[in-house]
Amino acid sequence: MLSIVSCKKDSKPNYQYMPNMYESLGYETYGEYNVFGETGQEAQLPAPGSIPRGWMPYDYENSTTGYQLAKDSLKNPIRYTKANQESGKELYNIYCAICHGEKGDGKGTLVKREKILGVPSYDDIGRAITQGSIYHVMYYGINSMGSYASQTSEHERWQIVQYVQKLKADLEGKTPRVDTGVALSTEVVKVSNETTEENHDNAHH
Amino acid sequence: MKQVKYRNSASKILLLGTVFLFSLLNPVLAQEETATPEAVATEAAAAGGDVTKGEALFKSLCAACHKRYKKMTGPALFGVTERRDTEWLYSWIKNSSAMIASGDADAIAIYEEYNKTAMNSFPQLTNTDIDNILAYVMVPKAAPKTPVGTASTAVSPDSGSGVSTNLILLALGLIFLMLVGVLFLVNRTLRNFAAANNIELPEEEHRKPIWQSFVENQFLILVTAIFVLLASGYFVYGYFMQVGVDQGYQPIQPIHYSHKIHAGDNKIECKYCHSSARVSKHSGIPSLNVCMNCHKSISEVAEETATEDYSKAFYDKEIQKLYKAVGWDEGSQSYTGDTEPVKWVRIHNLPDFAYFNHSQHVSVAGVECQKCHGPVEEMEVMYQHAPLTMGWCINCHRETNVKVEGNEYYAKIHEELSKKYGVDKLTAAQMGGLECGKCHY
Ligand code: HEC
Ligand code: HEC
Ligand code: HEC
Ligand code: HEC
Ligand code: HEC
Ligand code: HEC
Repeated sequence: MLSIVSCKKDSKPNYQYMPNMYESLGYETYGEYNVFGETGQEAQLPAPGSIPRGWMPYDYENSTTGYQLAKDSLKNPIRYTKANQESGKELYNIYCAICHGEKGDGKGTLVKREKILGVPSYDDIGRAITQGSIYHVMYYGINSMGSYASQTSEHERWQIVQYVQKLKADLEGKTPRVDTGVALSTEVVKVSNETTEENHDNAHH
Repeated sequence: MKQVKYRNSASKILLLGTVFLFSLLNPVLAQEETATPEAVATEAAAAGGDVTKGEALFKSLCAACHKRYKKMTGPALFGVTERRDTEWLYSWIKNSSAMIASGDADAIAIYEEYNKTAMNSFPQLTNTDIDNILAYVMVPKAAPKTPVGTASTAVSPDSGSGVSTNLILLALGLIFLMLVGVLFLVNRTLRNFAAANNIELPEEEHRKPIWQSFVENQFLILVTAIFVLLASGYFVYGYFMQVGVDQGYQPIQPIHYSHKIHAGDNKIECKYCHSSARVSKHSGIPSLNVCMNCHKSISEVAEETATEDYSKAFYDKEIQKLYKAVGWDEGSQSYTGDTEPVKWVRIHNLPDFAYFNHSQHVSVAGVECQKCHGPVEEMEVMYQHAPLTMGWCINCHRETNVKVEGNEYYAKIHEELSKKYGVDKLTAAQMGGLECGKCHY
């Protein structure tokens, strides 16, 4: 048995019984086919000018002026509910915490290991980030921080914004914003009740 | 017994020899190390600041855009006190945009040079803080720390270690050959002696060969035949069953990308790179812009990252491959627009007739990646951990409970099904996870 196993080369795929049942007729994800031009790769950029479903244009340009404009005027369209905050937290811990730290103090794992330096804390007064600027930075990136637009959807980015604002408020010792306004259904009432309770707790801290 | 003793002492001599060599090298090393702090001290005194405090400030506030000896978003800062006077630096660092607005010629020139990238203002810094930072940036670059000592002991992966093990093998082979030769010679001389002294060497007597008695014994033959048949049946079955199973498949990838370094040592979340696992059928291989989110700043690995098998030079070369593929020019810190695809070799691939969806397992069921892909965070080179056979899928569906908490979607069906089966926890199988159409259609 050992000899059979050791004959098998690990750097080559194994034989198959009925390859025509195994190999797809359609183009497979990450396959290589002649029809795809010079590189032959199935993985292609979208055709120029195509727009993903549900995509909304982002009006602020990628420049210092665009940044300033977004910082001053861009507002978060989602409601600041607890559910959104939880999703924001999950996404934040996947995409941002590795540099910015779970508390948003700029001390993520990569910073502690000195792989990436100069990650600001969210309460940095020189930067004075706002909901608009957080979104703008995630969309385009800024200086050495890259863009996260390819990994997240618009809705997800706004959830992250909410969570970053919460972290900022926590760092500054303020109470994070929670929307309790007019509820649309009983379910939402329940959620907002929960959050006001938490709000209360926060005030005591 | 003698020989063993001898070998032992040989290794002792070797060991002593190396220790001796090291003790010779040591003073050289020690000198190298003491040299730098001295230089640091003098420089610090000259600039009139505290280097350690400056280092902390620099790393937390400035390092996002500046390196000391290399251009990044902003200019390299080593030597800046020679370019500018101190007052200019104080006001620039505290509020650069105000200075540009006020029409300072130098300020405008450098702002234009860096394509009008705004440097943040740092109103919180005092002049002493800035002195400390400047003292830190003026420390000259230390000579690379791999002189005499390490150069001769450290082995690089592609040449060094291979050669040395080969050498050892060769030496062992030679010794073995020599021993055989010696035995042969001894045998011959002994025989010569025997012949010379007229001693009769005992002749081998003729017996019935063992195979003949074996052939005559019918029972033994039957038993052996059965055994041979069973054994070959077992092996043939084993061989046929592993056809089409790619467990352990480990192709060589175009860039030596290590999950151990990224997901293990640096604890980067799997979904940071495989972000579509959250929402779609495929986990996807990250496009290179995702790599550049970090690798804009990380152009080389730290000394400690190098292992015995892979040297720092090897890893740095791999990062250069990434730069070449995305067309990133380190010198000017910009994209050249010259790109080429990286053709990663796909490892996990189910046959066309089976359907598998990641988001269903990862987001809905909350199954850890490692359950199916094994200890990825320890893999220097990626391989297929699980067999990905139908039996493997089905087993897991039989054993795993459906995660119903916080999922209203399942509430009703869960309640009815658990009544039907008389259990309080449903497995995936009881929810229909064994129906052929769920995976084949
Ligand atoms: C690879 C490390 C890294 C990751 C991951 C990262 N950032 Fe950053 N971030 C940085 C660095 C470095 C800066 C400082 C950039 C500069 O030079 O201005 C920064 C700056 C910021 C700023 C301040 C920008 C300003 O207006 O001055 C915000 C807000 C921010 N990041 C949010 C995020 C969010 C949200 C995420 C997750 C989607 C994220 N970052 C992920 C490294 C990172
Ligand atoms: C957001 C990125 C960023 C950060 C953070 C930053 N700088 Fe800069 N810095 C720049 C850029 C870009 C320039 C080039 C001029 C310009 O475009 O404004 C520059 C220019 C300078 C200069 C002028 C260099 C010369 O050759 O004249 C000095 C000095 C300087 N920075 C010091 C600092 C110090 C000290 C810190 C930390 C307290 C710091 N910078 C933080 C981006 C940054
Ligand atoms: C920094 C980005 C990054 C992170 C983080 C990362 N991966 Fe990967 N992963 C890649 C790249 C690039 C490849 C393709 C090259 C290869 O196969 O080694 C890959 C390949 C894989 C494959 C094989 C895909 C195939 O071809 O079948 C699996 C499985 C995988 N990763 C699982 C994981 C798991 C599990 C984690 C978390 C422990 C993880 N990855 C974290 C970038 C990443
Ligand atoms: C979240 C940050 C991050 C991302 C994203 C990332 N890397 Fe890395 N990479 C690192 C760190 C940290 C190191 C180790 C540096 C050190 O040890 O000093 C590293 C090291 C490397 C190395 C050298 C060691 C090795 O693994 O061979 C290569 C090559 C590399 N990365 C390629 C990639 C590729 C390709 C991608 C995109 C699929 C990628 N990296 C994405 C942070 C990242
Ligand atoms: C229930 C088992 C299971 C879990 C959990 C799982 N995978 Fe997979 N993974 C598979 C199978 C099966 C394939 C082959 C899919 C195919 O060929 O269609 C695969 C394929 C992949 C691939 C190759 C490319 C692709 O998308 O088909 C990557 C990358 C990958 N997985 C990463 C991950 C990551 C990251 C996680 C955790 C977030 C994860 N997987 C969780 C079973 C699993
Ligand atoms: C949980 C998913 C799942 C279910 C349910 C399932 N299969 Fe499969 N089946 C697979 C996978 C995955 C493979 C591919 C195995 C491989 O490549 O070795 C497979 C392969 C097969 C094959 C090809 C032989 C082989 O092992 O490669 C046959 C035939 C088959 N299935 C029949 C069935 C029938 C009949 C049912 C219903 C009783 C069924 N399957 C239910 C996942 C499933």
